[in-house]
Amino acid sequence: MTALLEVAGLARAFGAVRAVGGVDFAVEDGEVFGVIGPNGSGKTTMFNCILGQLRPDAGRVRFGGAEITGARPLALARLGIGRTFQSLQVFGSLSARDNLIAAAQEYVGTLAGRLLAAPDAGLTGRAEALLARLNLAHVADKPAGSLSYGQQKLLDIGMAFMSGARLVFLDEPAAGVNPRIVGEMAAMLRALKAESGATFVVIEHNMDFVMGLCDRVMVMAEGKRIALGTPAEVRADPQVLEAYLGG
Amino acid sequence: MTLPTLSRANVAALAFIVAMTAGLLAAPLFLKTYGVYLLSLWALNTVAAIGLNLTLGYAGQISLGQAAFLGIGAYAVAILMKAGVSFWLGLPAGVLLAFAVGLALGFPALRVQHHYLAFATLGFNALVFLVIRNEEWLTGGNFGIRVARPELLGHSLRSGIDYYHVCLAVLAVTALLVWLLLRSPWGRAFACLRDNPIRAESLGIDVRSYTLLAFAIGAACAGVAGAFLAPLVNFIDPSPFGLVPSIYLLLMVIIGGPGRFFGPFLGAAIVTLLPEWLRVADVWYLVIFGIFVVALMAFCPGGLLAVPEKVAAMRAARRSARGSAAGQAGARP
Repeated sequence: MTALLEVAGLARAFGAVRAVGGVDFAVEDGEVFGVIGPNGSGKTTMFNCILGQLRPDAGRVRFGGAEITGARPLALARLGIGRTFQSLQVFGSLSARDNLIAAAQEYVGTLAGRLLAAPDAGLTGRAEALLARLNLAHVADKPAGSLSYGQQKLLDIGMAFMSGARLVFLDEPAAGVNPRIVGEMAAMLRALKAESGATFVVIEHNMDFVMGLCDRVMVMAEGKRIALGTPAEVRADPQVLEAYLGG
Repeated sequence: MTLPTLSRANVAALAFIVAMTAGLLAAPLFLKTYGVYLLSLWALNTVAAIGLNLTLGYAGQISLGQAAFLGIGAYAVAILMKAGVSFWLGLPAGVLLAFAVGLALGFPALRVQHHYLAFATLGFNALVFLVIRNEEWLTGGNFGIRVARPELLGHSLRSGIDYYHVCLAVLAVTALLVWLLLRSPWGRAFACLRDNPIRAESLGIDVRSYTLLAFAIGAACAGVAGAFLAPLVNFIDPSPFGLVPSIYLLLMVIIGGPGRFFGPFLGAAIVTLLPEWLRVADVWYLVIFGIFVVALMAFCPGGLLAVPEKVAAMRAARRSARGSAAGQAGARP
């Protein structure tokens, strides 16, 4: 296996606070890579530095061998990197189906060509299939803003897959989701993964969710990587236990 | 591509369009010259408001400079016609100029939003107004420029009714083109940048290009309206292109319902025609109009076309409140 994403020495400070203090890791092509850590351990800041929302102070990020450090979100999207945000981010006034079409339409043809293209840019079939896969077919025509929290969360995740991204970052997909549905969501993500062949990087608080879903897990504390390995290895690591249970 | 299905909403919209067209074509039979002029003015105001509705209602970019683009279209035609150029060449020149300047005005929107953007566009309008008023060698300043009615295929459009038909055709063509645009993937991209630009960017939607286009296309619509406004009035001076007319154009969009296709039609009718009906009220006109707008914004900020939904929602709320009250009463021992 080759590294699809390589992160080296990534650092970002806010004033005197070193939110991310020099993190190294590599994500292999085709794996599900988990990132866990207590609140304030720098997970989301690291995501934002990789994904162009924040400029890193130091470090390098490479995707498929090419340097993408500090690249803008639009450029990353065009390279085939999808993401979800920690908070819900759907287009509230558009229907669920249109949310999915919007997530992929910019990958079809040229800007000028899309003015004259069919209204759905030929994506209705793909959107319907994904809606069915997400158990959202019955709300396809409803404005996304009127869906339940869990439905919006699923739609949000679906949007990150709709364009056929090779690498998908999920920022706390199970946060705020009814515990009853968390298991369902993990199964859904595994199915999406099997179908799309995409590589995942998942930030999560829910330990059981991460341990059940991920091939490898990186543990962060105070902006640093304190462990990296299979879920079983990480679970047995004394440093991890200390970070989580307090020393 | 499949044919659009005839849903109830589609049938209603189609019936509305047919009735409106028939009404507008029959209207001159019952109107004097001034009435026909007012309806022509309504049609052109609607064209400019459709453009602003695209920028503001669909793409979510506030602009308080729409009258400036009306002025750019009108003066381009007037100045070129004065130099002996045909109206039909002046028209595309004016529209292209409005499009280009609109593209330039989109740049501040890439940096600032909401009230900051409102002030940036307001400042732009003030600038255009000052240029029109002060550069007498080009624009005639406060003395204005006389503009003759153009000919169409050898047929003079001097008659008010003929020119009214031209204005209706301009409205129909603009509305159709904007409708097609809003139905295309561009319309969806505009809605995305209104709803959530950060998410849009992460999905490969080029927020920068679409923002600039939203301004430029909205401006081009105003350019069309301005180009046809100059020959309608036969004379142009700076006054219809200042800050207050921009506010009125914004009001047309807000009153009708931003982001609703027929909003500008209704909003322009109210802002253009209400002052005439309220003439009897004389000095009280602005007071009545002001109270109407305040009441509308307080009761239904989504505009007049949102009123039916609002009423339905209130009824449903009342019904469910009554239902739960009855339920509680029933549960009482």
